[in-house]
Amino acid sequence: MELITPLAYLLIFPGFLFLAVYGLFLQWVDRKLCAVMQNRMGPPWFQGYADFIKLLAKEVIVPDEANTRMFRVLPFFAMAAIITALLSIPVWGTALYGFQGDLVAVIYLLTIPTVTFFLAGWSSASPYSTVGAMRVLTQLFAYEVPLMLSLIGPAILAGTWNITEISAFYAAHPVLIPAQLLGFLAALIALQGKLERMPFDIPHAKNEIVGGQFTEYSGRLLDFFLLAVDMEMVVGAALLNAVFLGGALGLTGPAAIAMFLAKTLFITFLLALLKVLMARIRIEQMINFCWKYLAPVAMAQLVFDIFLKYKLG
Amino acid sequence: MSKITIPLGPQHPALKEPENFMLVLEGEQISGATVNLGYNHRGMEKAAEGRTYLQNLYLIERVCGICSHSHTTTYITNVEELAKCETPKRALAIRTLFAELERVHSHLLWLGVAGYEMGFETLFMYTWRDREQVLDCLEMLSGNRVHYSINTIGGVRRDITPEQKAGVVQRINYLIERTNYYIKLALEEPTVAARTANVGKLPLDVAIERGAVGPTARASGLARDVRKDEPYLIYNELDFKLITHNTNDVFGRLVVRALELVESYKMIKQVLNDLPEGPIAVKVPMRIAPGECVNHYEAPRGEDIHYLKSNGTDKPERLKVRAPTLANLQSVAYMLEGGWLADVPLVIAAIDPCMSCTDRAAVWNPKKGKTEVYSWEDLRKLSIEQYRKRGVDFTRL
Repeated sequence: MELITPLAYLLIFPGFLFLAVYGLFLQWVDRKLCAVMQNRMGPPWFQGYADFIKLLAKEVIVPDEANTRMFRVLPFFAMAAIITALLSIPVWGTALYGFQGDLVAVIYLLTIPTVTFFLAGWSSASPYSTVGAMRVLTQLFAYEVPLMLSLIGPAILAGTWNITEISAFYAAHPVLIPAQLLGFLAALIALQGKLERMPFDIPHAKNEIVGGQFTEYSGRLLDFFLLAVDMEMVVGAALLNAVFLGGALGLTGPAAIAMFLAKTLFITFLLALLKVLMARIRIEQMINFCWKYLAPVAMAQLVFDIFLKYKLG
Repeated sequence: MSKITIPLGPQHPALKEPENFMLVLEGEQISGATVNLGYNHRGMEKAAEGRTYLQNLYLIERVCGICSHSHTTTYITNVEELAKCETPKRALAIRTLFAELERVHSHLLWLGVAGYEMGFETLFMYTWRDREQVLDCLEMLSGNRVHYSINTIGGVRRDITPEQKAGVVQRINYLIERTNYYIKLALEEPTVAARTANVGKLPLDVAIERGAVGPTARASGLARDVRKDEPYLIYNELDFKLITHNTNDVFGRLVVRALELVESYKMIKQVLNDLPEGPIAVKVPMRIAPGECVNHYEAPRGEDIHYLKSNGTDKPERLKVRAPTLANLQSVAYMLEGGWLADVPLVIAAIDPCMSCTDRAAVWNPKKGKTEVYSWEDLRKLSIEQYRKRGVDFTRL
């Protein structure tokens, strides 16, 4: 029994199975919302699952030039890192394996998929993937700092590095949630960059470099990469929810899970809105934007939080 | 940083038709670009020699899917000039109406493609939805959405009824409203400005030197428009402005096309309001006396030139088509160099390329396994042999 429960947590809920199913569902929500906003029909609800199953059955082609072992292992690395990150983020009020400092660990774990994207592009050894890989890395330096800065703000105000405690703090002091608005918006935009969605889908901008870092990927391996991206969206939304929006707001049990789903759906809606509103920008424009505007905004929020902490005592 | 050579095409998501651009990249910046054509040759000029003037209409319409009316009108103007036929005024007015509706449909299509190439899919979806309105107009008037087949030698095939007129005006009013919204959007949305301003620069002197035509030239401040320079159809009776812009970049091309849409709506209303009475077509004899003729026409993408030579039979001796894209492609290589990789699709799309209109011939040598470029001497030798087989020897001349 001691073994089965953690295994169930890891593999079923809130681990792999839940993340996969909910990730593909959020993918559909995102696509459907975009479609409605763009005056289109959009896909049916099972499209994500159908695509996933179909790709599983497709042949995997590994380029001769590619580093075979690396090429095959990377998608699973990305997925493992994302699932691990979720273990420290509260889904029903408390996290499974929360500890002091897990905020930093989660930020670190969420960087791993980006690095695997870079390595995937690099080890594919094709021109499009190489350019895509370079863009992944360049983009990482653009959004990572604003994301980190904006996540640190609420932590400082709550006086803890434990995500569960942060969300408990904001659930206890809901007045402080609106004070985090700037940081939340900065984190949202940075998350859009992390998920490589429009207007920051520069690494795999299809009309410039075809599939970017994933150009040479096919079949099962591509499938798991795409699944990892969908999972990353769930984890990213869950992280923003826990840090900025007070997580389950003190609820427990099924109500907390319902709250979690509602709030991640809300964040998905905001991400979809960002996606349809703008044109894709160039990589150098993104770096300028992130460093000139996003990082100072996150920094301002941080300073404001320190000030607030000092005032509140 | 080391240089990478990236092939853009012949198969690439940014390209709607096969063509190839070899880009030499230094990081994200382009240090060299070459344009390679020749993936889309269809032998239309040769095919035209084997068909009668009337049959050719069907063929010429298919030179381009978007400017089908432009090509047939240019061709038919040549035929009518050679046959010395007096085309009725009403037919000319209907042709003008179609020409402007086609420009609206082509420019809206371009706006969508530009939106797609800059990664602004919402703009793409919106403009293409609105483009349906003008396609509906064309379908209502001619029965077809893309290849209208309205032209026939000596006039047009269908007349316009008052109900159709009202339907077109109603749709155009809707489009005027939408276009004003897009103009506002293009001028105000910061990401659009960020992606188009100072991208694909083509200064005025380079535009003249490289022979740019159409909106590409007009966005470089070059006031060149066949409709104004040498009015054909009934353009001399219409009141419209020649739109130019002096930013020399993709943004300028966007603005020029958007404002041209407004001018086109104006012209459509003018034509519909003063539609001359009279027959819509006259009879033209099948055989046309020997002669040759050149005509040009302002297609949505720029100046379209047709040359036609008749030899007294019911088939042309020679037809030559110079599509606007060929004139503009020379500028693309210039515009790409020194730019960013991210801007390549947009810069290419900004001339509104139509490769299938442009491609003429590529020679593939299977023995050597590569394409060959024929020099003038080679071509001359080949043509002398060709005519010798027909019984004419030019070497003696």
